[in-house]
Amino acid sequence: MADEVKLPADSFEPLDKSKHLDSEKIAAPNLTFMQDAWRRLKKNKSAIIAMVILVIFFVLAFGSAFFSPHNPNAVNPQYANLPPKWPGLNINGVNGTLVQAGTRVNAYQAAGAGAGVHYWLGTDYLGRDMLSRILFGTRISLTVAVVATAVDLLIGVTFGLFSGWKGGWIDNFMQRVIEIIMSIPTLVVVVLLILILKPGMMSITLAIAFSSWTTMARLIRAQTLELKEQEYVLAAKTLGESSFKIAFKHLLPNLSSIIIIQTMFTIPSAIFFEAFLSFVGIGISAPQASLGTLLNDGQKNFQFLPYQMWYPAIVLSVIMIAFNIFADGLRDAFDPQTKE
Amino acid sequence: MAKYLLKRIFYLLLTLFIVITVTFFLMKLLPGTPLQNQQKLSPAEQHLILKQYGLTKPIWQQYLTYVVGVFQGNFGTSFQFSDQPVSYLISSRIGPSLLLGTQAMIIGVIPGILVGALGAIKKNTWIDTTATIVSILGISIPSFVLAVLLQYFVGLKLHWFPIADWGGFAYTVLPTLALAASPFADTARFTRTEMVDVLNSDYIELARAKGLSKWGVIYHHALRNSLIPVVTIIGPLAVNIMTGSMVIENIFSIPGIGEQFVKSILTNDYPTIMAVTIVYSVMLMVVLLITDIVYGIIDPRIRLSGKSN
Repeated sequence: MADEVKLPADSFEPLDKSKHLDSEKIAAPNLTFMQDAWRRLKKNKSAIIAMVILVIFFVLAFGSAFFSPHNPNAVNPQYANLPPKWPGLNINGVNGTLVQAGTRVNAYQAAGAGAGVHYWLGTDYLGRDMLSRILFGTRISLTVAVVATAVDLLIGVTFGLFSGWKGGWIDNFMQRVIEIIMSIPTLVVVVLLILILKPGMMSITLAIAFSSWTTMARLIRAQTLELKEQEYVLAAKTLGESSFKIAFKHLLPNLSSIIIIQTMFTIPSAIFFEAFLSFVGIGISAPQASLGTLLNDGQKNFQFLPYQMWYPAIVLSVIMIAFNIFADGLRDAFDPQTKE
Repeated sequence: MAKYLLKRIFYLLLTLFIVITVTFFLMKLLPGTPLQNQQKLSPAEQHLILKQYGLTKPIWQQYLTYVVGVFQGNFGTSFQFSDQPVSYLISSRIGPSLLLGTQAMIIGVIPGILVGALGAIKKNTWIDTTATIVSILGISIPSFVLAVLLQYFVGLKLHWFPIADWGGFAYTVLPTLALAASPFADTARFTRTEMVDVLNSDYIELARAKGLSKWGVIYHHALRNSLIPVVTIIGPLAVNIMTGSMVIENIFSIPGIGEQFVKSILTNDYPTIMAVTIVYSVMLMVVLLITDIVYGIIDPRIRLSGKSN
């Protein structure tokens, strides 16, 4: 204690922290869960392309509510069944000509349309602009699919969490309920629900949601069963946290990758169901349009006016393909341990 | 095994009973009668017709009659075709549906397994990439879009097969192809994933180390073990085919139950809708039961619950 060495502060010279202290540290930057997934997703080129395509479709479909080239419901019998015509291009298929009885005729001239009239994707049997109707139909198809998936998510996650968390006879009973629902073909359930709720956009959305939550519920339950044995859940319980709070603060964040992946697979199947029902004639009803009803209209006279079917078919297929590729990419990004 | 089977059959019957009950009461909620031109009929005539359909009795009696009838194969009388028993309507139409479904299953699953296995063996080569692209297309493109494309190109332009209608084998080709695309794609994807997993396992390494030929290892060890889990997706595939058949039969004008179902929905023919719902559910439940049992037999590691020791 006696001889305390006194050193003036200026005899010390601070070292450059960044240069020396960490010179042997090996660490990657800290990434959050989302950043990490995004980093892996970015490496998957096809998934990124699919994502861009989806963004474009969403922007076009929802943006068309404000700047649609024509009114999608405006009937114009004078210009019915006109083939696609692109201004300034003279290639068969987009120059407004059609093959009728073996010869190519200029349908625009025959309809008495002026030089300024051109429909990019042609018109349908009532003279409505196909491009506007496809954009309008895509918007409805996407809306139905996204809303149905959101409802499906809500039911599935709640059911799965509750069932897995409670365990015992409650779980057993809830699982039997799921098994019973699963042994009825989804489409039959959807059809029965639509019959009860009367065809329309709302009922089709609810019907799809109520019949497709079982997969989500099963996945969530299986994962919850695993998670609730984890130590952090035990710790939360010991600290007197309520079940509700544990579910929200501890279980849900750990379930998020499953939820995101499953959601991305549910959306295309909802698009499929909507298109399917509208195609069969029990989905969206006129004057509203969806990709399914457009396809159905196009299929009626596709022998003579095939373009009326091509475009809805192409749009529907491209959206489905993009969603599936993107969902695959997300699965690999969120869950690197999966096989493959 | 017997105990397990009994338990499963008990659940099957319970499910069937619930399906019947739920559909019955749902249909009762809906408006609609078998009367075709209600305005022209006197109340007495209307009453007679309703009585003929058994609709004048109290609901619970109608329900009991219906449940008993279903287990005896009697589904009531169709609203759409007067005097036609629904059971006759269905039994006369189930043939084409079953034929198409079975054909689509075979055409889908067997090539699906081969393509999936090939993709796994030639992993990360152009063969694998092609197989993956084809299966993504198969999963994504809805069966009815494919059906219409086939109708247009193969039927209308190439004249290889008839566009629609129901006659001999040639009429089944296009609908079968349209139905088979989704099972094909699903099987190919599933088999590939399984096979990649199996090919990385130790016993494959051992078999190779013993000096077995490459294809011997693949056939005897890899393929056989990857095929076991494929059995589990047969149930979901059957659902896909059933769903697809409703619209495919419509597009190709095939007199099957899918087409009948859609027609009944559009004409509010409730007895037929109920009957088809029940038939579909039974078919699905039986397929699920059979695949579970087969899975238990071919993979001895799976213990069926209820089996002692």
